Amino acid sequence: MNSVDERLNDLSEIRSLMEHSTKFLSLSGLSGVSAGTVGIAAYFIARQEMAHPWERTLAEYSLQAVVTLILALGLAVYFSTKMALKKKIPIWTPAAKHLVISLSVPLAAGGGFCYALVLHDLYWFIAPSMLLFYGLALLNSSKYTLKEIRALGYCQLLLGLCGSYWPDFGLLLWGVGFGLLHIVYGAAMYLKYEK
Amino acid sequence: MTTIVENFNRAFENRIRLAVMSILVVNDSADFNTLKEMLKLTDGNLATHAATLEKNKYIRIEKRFVGKKTLTTYFATPAGRRAFAEHLDALEKLIRRSK
Repeated sequence: MNSVDERLNDLSEIRSLMEHSTKFLSLSGLSGVSAGTVGIAAYFIARQEMAHPWERTLAEYSLQAVVTLILALGLAVYFSTKMALKKKIPIWTPAAKHLVISLSVPLAAGGGFCYALVLHDLYWFIAPSMLLFYGLALLNSSKYTLKEIRALGYCQLLLGLCGSYWPDFGLLLWGVGFGLLHIVYGAAMYLKYEK
Repeated sequence: MTTIVENFNRAFENRIRLAVMSILVVNDSADFNTLKEMLKLTDGNLATHAATLEKNKYIRIEKRFVGKKTLTTYFATPAGRRAFAEHLDALEKLIRRSK
C-alpha cells in the first residue's frame, strides 16, 4: 500500500488537474496593467476631444474606439501568451475557448447597443453602457478564469450604474473603470500570483 | 484498516488513469489531444489507459470523423463518477486516520 504522503500527492494533483482543465489560469497581471494604461491614454485623448466634439467625424471616433480595443486586447493576449509559454502550459485550451466565448458574447451585445445609442444621439450613455456590459461580461466569464475577476466585474457594474445616473461624470468613470481599475487589478494579480 | 484498502479502486491505482478521470469528472467531455497535452502523454500511453477505463465502464469513448481525421472524445459515465467519488472518500479516510 502507498504511503500517506503519496496519497496526499495524488490529491493535490487531482485538485490541480480539475482546476487547470476548467479554468484559464494564464491570465497575466501584466495584461491588466497594459489594458489599463491603454484605457487611461484613451480617457485623456477623449477628454481633450470632448471640448470640441464637432472637430472629428463619427468615422474618426469609431476608428479611435476600434484602435483602442485592439491595442488593449492585443497587449492582454500578448502578456498571457508569454506567461503560458514561460510556464510551458498550452494556451488554447477548451477552458480558454469557454473564456473567450463567455466574454465576447456580452461584449458584442454591448457593442451593438452602444452603436444604437450613437444612432439615436444618446452619446451621454455610451460610457456607462460600456462599463455595464463589460462588468456583466466579466461576471459571466469569471467561472472560467481567476476568481478575482468577479470583483473587477462588480466594480465595473457599480461605476456603470453611477455613470448612468450622473452622466456628467460618465467619461471620468469610464477612465476609472477601464484605466485605473485595470491597473490596480493587474498589479494586485501580478504581485499575488507572479512574484 | 481492511475496509479502507478495499475501497481503493484498482483502476485508479495508476496515476495516469487517476489524472484522466480527474479531468473528465469536471468537464462535459475532453478530446484526445486536449488530454494528451494536459497530461504530457504519448498517443499509445493515453490510448491504453483510456481503454482500461472504458473496460471498467468508467468512461465512454466516442470516435467520429472530421474530414479525414478521427476525433476521439472521452466522457465520464455515471458509474465512473461514482467510483471516482468513492476513491476520493477512501483517500480522505486514510489521511484522516493517519493524523
